[in-house]
Amino acid sequence: MTTATIPTPAVNRIGLSRAEYTGASSTLCNGCGHYAIANVIIDAVYSLGIDPSRIAKISGIGCSSKSPAYFLGRSHSINSLHGRMPSIATGATTVNRELIALGVSGDGDTGSIGLGQFKHLLRRNVDMVYLIENNGVYGLTKGQLSATADLGQKQKHGGLNELPPIDLCLEAIIAGCGFVARSFAGDPKQLQMLIKAAFSHRGTAVLNIISPCVSFNNGEGSTKSYVWGRDHELPLHEINFIPLEHDQIQAEYEPGTIRDVALHDGSIIRLKKTDQEYDPTDRMAAIRLLEEERAGQMFTTGLLYINEERKTVVEREKLVATPLVHLPDSALRPPRAALDAVMAEYL
Amino acid sequence: MIINDFSITIATVNGAGSQTANNTLLRAIHKMGVPVSGKNIFPSNIQGLPTWFTIRVSKDGYLGRSEQAEVVVAINKASIKEDIQNLASGGICLYPDDLQLPISRDDVTFYPMPVNELVKQSGAEAKLKPYVANMVYVGTLACLLAIDLQEIEAALSYHFKGKQKAVELNFATAKAAYDWAKLHLTKTDPFQVERMYKTEGTFLIDGNSAAALGAVFGGVQFVAWYPITPSTSIVDHLSEYLPKLRRDAEGNASYAIIQAEDELAVIGMVVGAGWAGARSMTATSGPGLSLMTEFAGYAYFAEIPAVIWDVQRMGPSTGLPTRTAQDDILAAYTLGHGDGRHVCLIPGSVAECFEFGFTALDLAERLQTLVIVLSDLDLGLNLWPTKPFEYPEKPLDRGKVLSAEDLTRLQGEWQRYADVDGDGVCYRTLPGTNHPAASYFTRGTGHNQAAGYSERPEDWSANLVRLAKKHDHARTLVPAPIVDLKDAADIGLIAYGTSDSALQEARDLLQANGITTSYLRLRALPLESQLTAFVRKHKRLYVIENNLDGQMRALIQLHVPSDADRMVSIAKCDGLPLTARWICEAIKAHEAKEQP
Repeated sequence: MTTATIPTPAVNRIGLSRAEYTGASSTLCNGCGHYAIANVIIDAVYSLGIDPSRIAKISGIGCSSKSPAYFLGRSHSINSLHGRMPSIATGATTVNRELIALGVSGDGDTGSIGLGQFKHLLRRNVDMVYLIENNGVYGLTKGQLSATADLGQKQKHGGLNELPPIDLCLEAIIAGCGFVARSFAGDPKQLQMLIKAAFSHRGTAVLNIISPCVSFNNGEGSTKSYVWGRDHELPLHEINFIPLEHDQIQAEYEPGTIRDVALHDGSIIRLKKTDQEYDPTDRMAAIRLLEEERAGQMFTTGLLYINEERKTVVEREKLVATPLVHLPDSALRPPRAALDAVMAEYL
Repeated sequence: MIINDFSITIATVNGAGSQTANNTLLRAIHKMGVPVSGKNIFPSNIQGLPTWFTIRVSKDGYLGRSEQAEVVVAINKASIKEDIQNLASGGICLYPDDLQLPISRDDVTFYPMPVNELVKQSGAEAKLKPYVANMVYVGTLACLLAIDLQEIEAALSYHFKGKQKAVELNFATAKAAYDWAKLHLTKTDPFQVERMYKTEGTFLIDGNSAAALGAVFGGVQFVAWYPITPSTSIVDHLSEYLPKLRRDAEGNASYAIIQAEDELAVIGMVVGAGWAGARSMTATSGPGLSLMTEFAGYAYFAEIPAVIWDVQRMGPSTGLPTRTAQDDILAAYTLGHGDGRHVCLIPGSVAECFEFGFTALDLAERLQTLVIVLSDLDLGLNLWPTKPFEYPEKPLDRGKVLSAEDLTRLQGEWQRYADVDGDGVCYRTLPGTNHPAASYFTRGTGHNQAAGYSERPEDWSANLVRLAKKHDHARTLVPAPIVDLKDAADIGLIAYGTSDSALQEARDLLQANGITTSYLRLRALPLESQLTAFVRKHKRLYVIENNLDGQMRALIQLHVPSDADRMVSIAKCDGLPLTARWICEAIKAHEAKEQP
């Protein structure tokens, strides 16, 4: 005799199914890199078992900034102004230190109109994940050149780009960012590991993700195309993220091939060496690598730089442990006697 | 004798440290029970340009600017000629005895002061000498005008917070100057301060300090800012009061103050904090307000609470950063592209700066919108007498926020932009609310009731109509105008903000000329029904304001279109506060045209 088993849907460690991490149906173009990234975000947050109600999705303006509608529908979201996601994130995370902020931006939003706010956010070390979905063009306005466009890139509407691209990873490192990674929408495995690690970083974690625009910048020769990405991606390492909650993954490694980077919350980034020798805690090495690869038009991916020592905004401001927004009114309005005392000083 | 009814102008060089001396005189006279106000007319400069501080001593309690001083302390070589020329006939001029007088006037009494000699005698170290030098005019004035020396000493003690050495050094010089004047000067002028009992229970404070205190007692949780004259001292005072009043036993803060990289980031942070559920604010002035334009429209449309204190200075453009005006009325009310109007509060006194400090935060959360407080440089930076501020009567108003428990009770059924109560104000949830139905998508793009993206014409217009309804609801919540009706009056005066002091005096001047007036002082936008009634009640209406375009008049004309042509604009913008004399003359001139 056999017993009938009722199939139970797969759930994560907090008992939610993957479907509870999805969003509205996408209005992005078919094949858009941003959509691929949206799915990776869903997978990452689902498998980490983060409560979606703790996440705040924050974005600016553009195709990338629209995309938060297409994932994590159970998280609050704010689609703000062009280039201003960093300031919104600064305000929101400062007053609610328990929010897990996920910023989504693009190359125009971050590299052009928002470059100032991007740099200052990093200086302040706002505790958040900052994704840049980088495709080198303005998609929503039909393909004008952005600040990360390749030198010599030609666009129907933008003409020939004669300006050097801004390297947002380099800008991030120079601004003092403590977690800088580059990845590719066509490499979901690596991207998912990096996103998971980014959630555990204390401070701003910047992921510059090459995310092809299939409508306006996916042609032959574009460094933001799927084909170019697949042919040229040079992973610095094979990356694995081991969250604190999980048992350590037991695996046999050849001595000297593994490097573990411990994150502030106790989780671990496990980097398996490739042919390259690379130390992601060496800031100068990261800068050198980025300068060299710019000269050689290379496409290095992986964790470029990590440093968890800097204080975040909330730590620097010495805020109470309770999120400011959860404080009772009695903690906000000083008592009558306090006003009387101030008045007495003036009298 | 002319007792307790004159103005003293102290003409110095910016950066010469005269503020201590000037505030000492002001406080001493105030403590003698005589109504007094001070106005600092200063340059946009750290050191070297002329600056004037005017103390108005007024037994009648008039606090507005007077156009001419009767007493001048002429210390600045660069402006002394002009300072003597501007002196009222019969006035007096005090000057350092080493300064060559460039002109003389037969109708002015000149008193020399041995500044260098007395500074030398003081034994002050070199870096303190300029400050001590200012005490010479304090002592000389005290002698000539009969200001109580004990009050001078008490004021110095207040200023130096009891630091005995500083008090002694400064007071010794003031006393030496007093004694010298007593011995060497023969008083031939009529000006005198005489003790009264009109200031008991009051104190002197500037509007920016009062605003900061109001915000502290309004439970402000988040402040972002960028330095700009004349608003910066609001944040200075927040940084002074908040650590004292809003830290827990371990010294941890229940607030955050962040200096941003520019005003674009300032307002983004304030809106972000407001979205997350904090009472958040900034302080700025005209150019900063311009930079906040895009987010102002966003806060209006996405319905996010935020407060901006705009301490108005003279525009357009960079204008005169250290001179006053009421010139951001239209800009503030309609800040942003597309349709939309903002709730604006307009304090007319330091007490109202305090009150609106918390009222603005309450209204922003109640109405889920941007509230702009329109103060100005005259109110914000100058010292004004006031009664002690009253502790807020009502608890904090946190507005319509659904908690996780509320959502459970509603079985998760709610829509972010549904007008459940019929007042145009909808319910919101805060990020982080632990309920599966809590989240919604905040956006500046077109949205339907459920906060979903929508380009449907019906959704768009329904939303704008509801926002207009909410604005109408705001009319019933904002501070009502202060109205003083006179039965016999055909004339209605309408003014707002800091000009109130000049208006009160102007009405007395007009009355002395046989012109009776009623007076309505606006305290907020949107305009409301009491204004309509006031307009209907009076034959002739004058809107008095410190800008050239007649900005408030334009809004009143829109509010009461059928009476629009009866609104006469009495408007001026020259960087200085309006004066009663000018207002009176302008109205008399117009009245003469009306009744030839």
